[in-house]
Amino acid sequence: MLNNQGRPTAAGEATGSAHPTFTGNQALQIEEALLFEIGRADCTGVDLDEPASFTPRLGGLERRGDIGLVGLSEPETMRHFVRLSQKNYGIDTGLFPLGSCTMKHNPRLNEKMARLPGFADIHPLQPQSTVQGALELIDQLAHWLMVLTGTSAVAMSPKAGAHGELAGMMAIKAAIDAKGEGAIRNVVLVPESAHGTNPATAALIGFVVKPVPARADGTVHVEDVQALLGPDVAAIMLTNPNTCGIFEPQIVEIARAMHDAGAYFYCDGANFNAIVGKARPGDLGIDAMHINLHKTFSTPHGGGGPGAGPVVLSDRLARFAPLPFIRRDGSHYALVETADQAGDVQAFGRVTAFHGQMGMYVRALAYMLSHGSDGMKQASEDAVLNANYIRAGLEDLMSLPFPDHPSMHEALFDDSWLKDTGVTTLDFAKAMIDEGYHPMTMYFPLVVHGAMLIEPTESESRASLDLFIMTLRDLALRAKRGETERFSAAPYHAPRRRLDETRAARNPILRWTPPQPIQQAAE
Amino acid sequence: MLARIGVKDIDALFADIPADKLLKAPVDLPRRKGELEVERQLGRLAAKNVPASSVPFFVGAGAYKHHVPATVDHLIQRSEFLTSYTPYQPEIAQGTLQYLFEFQTQVALLTGMEVANASMYDGSTGTGEAVLMAHRITKRRKAVLSGGLHPHYADVVRTLSHMASDSVVSAPASPLADEDLIALIDGETSCVVVQNPDVFGNIRDLRPIAAAAQAKGALLIAVFTEAVSLGLIESPGAMGADIVVGEGQSIGNALNFGGPYVGLFAAKQKYVRQMPGRLCGETVDAEGQRGFVLTLSTREQHIRRDKATSNICTNSGLCCLAFTIHMTLLGEAGLKRLARINHANAVKLADALAGVKGVSILNKAFFNEFTLRVPGKAADVVEKLAGKGVLGGVPYSRLAPEAGLDDLILVASTEVNSDDDRAAFVAALKEVL
Repeated sequence: MLNNQGRPTAAGEATGSAHPTFTGNQALQIEEALLFEIGRADCTGVDLDEPASFTPRLGGLERRGDIGLVGLSEPETMRHFVRLSQKNYGIDTGLFPLGSCTMKHNPRLNEKMARLPGFADIHPLQPQSTVQGALELIDQLAHWLMVLTGTSAVAMSPKAGAHGELAGMMAIKAAIDAKGEGAIRNVVLVPESAHGTNPATAALIGFVVKPVPARADGTVHVEDVQALLGPDVAAIMLTNPNTCGIFEPQIVEIARAMHDAGAYFYCDGANFNAIVGKARPGDLGIDAMHINLHKTFSTPHGGGGPGAGPVVLSDRLARFAPLPFIRRDGSHYALVETADQAGDVQAFGRVTAFHGQMGMYVRALAYMLSHGSDGMKQASEDAVLNANYIRAGLEDLMSLPFPDHPSMHEALFDDSWLKDTGVTTLDFAKAMIDEGYHPMTMYFPLVVHGAMLIEPTESESRASLDLFIMTLRDLALRAKRGETERFSAAPYHAPRRRLDETRAARNPILRWTPPQPIQQAAE
Repeated sequence: MLARIGVKDIDALFADIPADKLLKAPVDLPRRKGELEVERQLGRLAAKNVPASSVPFFVGAGAYKHHVPATVDHLIQRSEFLTSYTPYQPEIAQGTLQYLFEFQTQVALLTGMEVANASMYDGSTGTGEAVLMAHRITKRRKAVLSGGLHPHYADVVRTLSHMASDSVVSAPASPLADEDLIALIDGETSCVVVQNPDVFGNIRDLRPIAAAAQAKGALLIAVFTEAVSLGLIESPGAMGADIVVGEGQSIGNALNFGGPYVGLFAAKQKYVRQMPGRLCGETVDAEGQRGFVLTLSTREQHIRRDKATSNICTNSGLCCLAFTIHMTLLGEAGLKRLARINHANAVKLADALAGVKGVSILNKAFFNEFTLRVPGKAADVVEKLAGKGVLGGVPYSRLAPEAGLDDLILVASTEVNSDDDRAAFVAALKEVL
């Protein structure tokens, strides 16, 4: 290979150690200042013409003074955000084994479909005659969700998983109120292993949360639930497969116990991706379950949203759906937007403006059509296969808290294997960053010490899993050999070294402010 | 792989599912399809809808058709943004965290508030959360809602409040912005929720309401559904708001039939620990270099569980990135100019429509949306206009049929409307009346 002077290069010429650079940049890793440090108040990258002179009608409430915003030109904007993007790890970068979060491949066909003007460029309040295709799409997606879950109704509008939980628990509350039991049934049972959103959701609408203890095998036992049941219990919120990655073996008995006691079964569907096409939650006895379209059905996580959280409802709850919903009459689709249009449905009101996350519906349906009934079953099986393959590759070195059950789509380890090494779960996770991996979910679920929850998803090839296993084995052996420095100060090679979160919380700086002039600062 | 795991077939891994619940046959849904066929099938559905850009388009009422520069949609599709997760591992998520910090700064400046969070699902759910936040701060449980609040937003607040056994007092719909909200504030009131510009398009002076609320120990929650308006009219912070919540869709985000959108949420600094949602903060790394992390998470559900300030677990990440990029392209100068164009176009449209016999414009002051009173039922007029190829606004009766205001159309005009669009609207309206 020749360089641009025509001189051959050889590896031997490049053996010096790294030295600090003038810019602070490191080749492709470029430091990028804050927008407010590089932008200008008078700069705009948008070519809009000033309107012709006219008399404003603002009622004397014109803004006075500057806003304080800054702008960049188009090429500067492009460079600013491209450089920022290069400081991020995504699924497209590498294996992203974040347990419970399901970081699977995001097909770009979905993005393309969501951007069709017939979906992206329609307004939620256009006449319904001009959006029949959009309503038909929502109805189709609803059909797929009901068939896959074995339920008879679905509320589509919730904006994310936790919002779906809220809508589902509201439906439960509305059903209890309709029976005249609102004053009595105010307790919701939540296992200690649950996602934090479950108790937060229940508390948000006035339920009292009672924990259900976890058994030594990582599952919830029906006797423990029965011991807590009484006339005051409204519902249980149970994740299945649970947050330890185990399918709850007694789920049918738990559902029956709830129903016998006049209470409801809310299922957290965050882990539905393990059983799509294998089993239907409706057959297991659930009354409500939200579905994270951004987990199970591959819509992008986008750095923390937007999500989408439709919630399926059993026959017992179908009459208590939120507004709006779609009613089909032959080939015509109508949106039911207000209580007086709802008929038999005792709609409890809206949980959001408009009709939900259309952009996410298109992506999810594109995924479903692409995979079909056969492909989605296979995706579940492959996800479970991959998780168990990782478990088998690591269980002799790392400790499995619940070895008696097969893992579903994620494998849970605890930190007992790190005892006396001086390395913590956090250190181990940060060392994974140096190896080019996103860490697994750590310290969740709370029922095991120093949890490491690994979810590879079906997107990974066997070769990718083998390399991941070898990497973690290498790190594990180094931890046990006492190479603590590799861990305690990791990451070494990321755009930033370990960040001081305590300092951020103690003295919160939540926005940019202009630097103070020196005299003023000295006062 | 099965051999290494030590099982004979895949179903051995599903052994915890009760045998009678394991599906024996595939569910009754179509089998997999190729990319070409999926494109065809979804393309057919898309073709049944009328996109905003294909017709003279004047629909608003909480979502607005704006031009989004091509740069925005390109950048948000970069893999490292699109396929990343919530930045819980900050060392490899500085890209997300830095734009969130920039987003929070832009939102705080725009609203005239001290702090802003990293976004809510949308403006309506943000409004519900703002009311709960006011209840926590004031330790009272009664919200007063203006009759100019978007009916969907009011319904979200009422649903949440009903479920949480909090009380809500709603002023009647007030197309002329002549309601007496101050009379509804008493010693039990936790907050007054006022939208500006209101759902009828009126620009409200929030200052007297802020003063009256605060004199009684209540908070003013200022709501907006059109973020571009803040480029031209006084910020809610400058008019005394304690909490500001709004819909950010107008900046950077497509109409998307109602979602995903991005809720903007800002407040006074002293209330920051009662805020819902994620917050991004500045810190340093082990070598003293500036970096950003999610912070004050002891407010949040994954730490506090049933004692959290909200159950929210997501923000609207990619939509706030779109907002941040578009706002960066606009800058102060571009945003103000965009706002002037919107106002100028709405003034031109109002004048043109006012010349149509039998209709009237109700608003004295407005930004880019106003209320048109028509003879007969507004819903029928809007439907007939659609038949003429003009999407001419939202009948107020669609949002709130119980209000008995059946002759009002909410009409919006933005920078996308041309003189030809306005002429087409006027001509069509004359024909259908």
